[in-house]
Amino acid sequence: MSITPQTEPLTKIKSKQIIEFLKLGKRLDGRSLTQYRDVKIEAGVIGKAEGSAQVSLGNTRVLVGIKVETGPPYSDTPNMGVLTVNAELLPLAHEIFEPGPPDENSIELARVVDRSLRESKALDLESLVIVPGKLAYVVFVDIYILNHDGNLFDASEYAAISGLMNAKLPVVEVEGEEAKPTGDFKELPVRDCPVSVTIAKIDDALLVDPTLEEETMATAKITITTTKDGRICAIQKSGGGTFTFEEVMEAQKIARSKADEVRSLIPGWRG
Amino acid sequence: MGESGRKLIDENGLRIDGRRLDELRPIRMEVGLLANADGSAYIEQGKSKIIVAVYGPREVHPKHLGLSDRAIVRCRYHMAPFSTQERKSPAPSRREIELSKIIREAFEPVIFSEYYPRSMIDIFIEVLQSDGGTRCAGITAASLALADAGIPLRDLVASCAVGKVEGRLIVDLNDEEDKEGEADMPVAYIPALDAVSLLQMDGQLTEEEFVEALKMAKEACMKIYQMQKQALKQKYVEAKEAVEEQE
Amino acid sequence: MPLLVERRQLVAPGDLLAEGEYLAGDNAYKDDGRIYAQRLGLADVRGKRVSVVALKGPYMPRVGDLVIGRIVDTTLGGWIVDINSPYTANLSVSDVMGKSFSPEMVSLTKILAIGDIIIAKISAFDRTRDPALTIKERGLGKVEGGVVIDLTPTKVPRLIGKKGSMINMIKQLTGCEVIAGQNGKVLIKGRNLKMVELAIHSVRMVEEQAHTSGLTDRIRKFIEEKK
Repeated sequence: MSITPQTEPLTKIKSKQIIEFLKLGKRLDGRSLTQYRDVKIEAGVIGKAEGSAQVSLGNTRVLVGIKVETGPPYSDTPNMGVLTVNAELLPLAHEIFEPGPPDENSIELARVVDRSLRESKALDLESLVIVPGKLAYVVFVDIYILNHDGNLFDASEYAAISGLMNAKLPVVEVEGEEAKPTGDFKELPVRDCPVSVTIAKIDDALLVDPTLEEETMATAKITITTTKDGRICAIQKSGGGTFTFEEVMEAQKIARSKADEVRSLIPGWRG
Repeated sequence: MGESGRKLIDENGLRIDGRRLDELRPIRMEVGLLANADGSAYIEQGKSKIIVAVYGPREVHPKHLGLSDRAIVRCRYHMAPFSTQERKSPAPSRREIELSKIIREAFEPVIFSEYYPRSMIDIFIEVLQSDGGTRCAGITAASLALADAGIPLRDLVASCAVGKVEGRLIVDLNDEEDKEGEADMPVAYIPALDAVSLLQMDGQLTEEEFVEALKMAKEACMKIYQMQKQALKQKYVEAKEAVEEQE
Repeated sequence: MPLLVERRQLVAPGDLLAEGEYLAGDNAYKDDGRIYAQRLGLADVRGKRVSVVALKGPYMPRVGDLVIGRIVDTTLGGWIVDINSPYTANLSVSDVMGKSFSPEMVSLTKILAIGDIIIAKISAFDRTRDPALTIKERGLGKVEGGVVIDLTPTKVPRLIGKKGSMINMIKQLTGCEVIAGQNGKVLIKGRNLKMVELAIHSVRMVEEQAHTSGLTDRIRKFIEEKK
C-alpha cells in the first residue's frame, strides 16, 4: 500500500529564497535552471564485479555493480538473456533511509532504470542466450545509493549504463546442462547509450537535476530517457503534482538536449 | 505481429478486435455497488474488469502517522490471482507496488486533503480480470469511487493509454497489443486543471510520435471523462425520473 | 460573465458552474476566475455565491451541532465517542459528573458503558484536536430506547426541512419522536411499531429522493396513505 509520505518541509525563509531565485532563472547553488551539477563518472571501481561504475552528481553518490551469471532464460523469452535491476537505498546514504526490505521508492527507482536500459535495447539480450530455452547469461545490475542529495534516478541510470559499458562477459563452455567458465572474457554487447534527464517543477519553473532541497520543494518530477538517436524510450512522472501539456513538451525538449551533453561523459560510449 | 504471427492492424486500418486506431474499447461503469465502502465503482473496459472501494476520510491508526495539515492518501493497486492467464501470486509484486505509488500520486492533486487534517483516505483497486490498460481503467474507476464517497475533488481524473503497434499510434491497448506493441504510454488527465497527473512510457517513440500520442491521449481521456460524469449522475437522474413519473 | 448552471441542476466534481465575478460557496472552488463543483450535488445560487448542496459526504463536526454517538472506549478522563466522522470525539467525565468525581470510587463504565448511545452537542472543535462533546443541556445524554438509523450526513438538512417543516411533519403524522443528529444518525422512538416503521421509511425516502422536488408532499401522502 502506498501512503502519502511525511516530508519535513523546508523552512519558510529557505523556500521563499529558492522561489525568488527561480524567478530570476537562478538556483541557490549558482546553477541555471537547465544546468547539471558536476557529473563525475568513474568506471571499474570494483574489481570483483564483472562491471561497475561510481557516479556523483554534486553530493549525490551512487555505485553500481554488475554481476553476470548463467541460468535459465524466462519461459516467455527463451531466446534472450536476462536483465535484472535492483536498487538499495542504504541507511548510510541519508537519515531518512531505514534498513529493511525495498520500499516503494527503491522499487520505483529500480524499475525506472530497468525501463531505460530495457526499452532502449541498450543491452543486446538476444546475443546473451547460450542454449535457447535452457541456458542464458543473467546480468544483475545492483544500484547502491551511497549519499542522497537528490536526483537518484539520473545518477543511478548513468551509473548503470556506465557499469554495463565497463562490464566483461565470462566466456563459457557448455557441458551437458551446465556452463563452465573458460576463464576468458569478452565484451558485453552494449548497443545504445540511454540517458535519463530528470526535471523538477517548482512553482511553475522547470529545472534539471534537482538537489534534495529542490526535490522537497517540487510538486512533481518527470524523468525522460532518450536513446542515442533521440527517441524517447522511457518516461516516469512522479510526485503528487501535475504537468501541463506545454510543460511536458518543454521538458522533453530539455531532456533531449541535456541527454546529448551527458552522453558525451559516459566512459566507454563511442557514440 | 501478434501471438499467431498475425498482423495487429489489417489493410483497412482496423485492429484485431475490429477497432479503429483511435477507438476505445466498450466501456461500462457502475457507481456505488459496495454497501460497506464510503464510495465504490466498477469498470469493464473490453475484457478488463476492475472494482474500486474508497474508505474515509477516517481516523488514522496509529495516530502519529497522521499529518497535521492534511489527510494522508493510501492507495493499493492489486491484481487478483485469477485475473491473468497464469495464476498470479497474491503477494504484491514490484509492479503493483510501483503502480500503487504512481496512482496515489495521480490523485493527490485533485483531492482537497487539506480539509481533513489528521485523517486518511483509502483507495483500494482490485483488478478482477486483466486484459491490458488496468492501471488506467483503475484510475478512471477510482475517480468515480472518490466522488461517490463525497470526497471534495478539484475534478475527476480520466485515464487512458496510447501505444504504438506496427508503426501506428493506437489508443486503449488491449493485452496483446500491449505485449506485442512497440510502445505504451499511460496518461491520466485532469480536465479542470488541463494537466496530467500520471505519465509513463516504455518502448520507443520519436518526438513527432510523442507529440501526436499526447494529443490522442488527451482526446481519449476526454471521451472517458464524459462517460464518468454520466455514470456518476445516472443513479440520481433515474431516481428523480422515477418519482416524477409517479406524480 | 456567465452563470453556467441552473438552481437544483445535478452537478459532479469538476463541472464548471460559473465564470467571472461569482464567489465559490460550499462544495465549490474558484480557480483562475472559474468556479467548479467539488462534489456531486445540486447547484445553488444565492446572489453572487454559487455553491453545491452535496448528495454525499463525510460529517465534519461544527461547534453547536447535535450529534448521536456511540461510546467506543474509556480513558482516564472520560469517554471516546464514535460520531460517524473522521475524528472520534471526547466526552470528559467532568462534563457528566461535575467536580465531585473521584476515579478510585466510581467506575466510568457504570455511568456510560462501551456500546451505549448518547445524544450530545459538539462543544469545541478546531481541527488540531479531536472534538469535545457535552451532554449537559436538556434533552442530551444517554439514549434509553428507540432505533438509530443512518442517513447520509449531507442529507440531514433535507430531513429537517425549512424551519423544521419536514421533520415536524413526520413527527406529527407518526406520533414518533424523531431526533436528527447532524452526523447522519437519526433516532426514532415511538410506542406504535407501525408508526415507527413509517417514520423509518420516511427517512429512507429522504435518503433516496433528497435531490428531487416536492419531497415533503410526497412523504406526507405516503404516511397518510399507509396510516
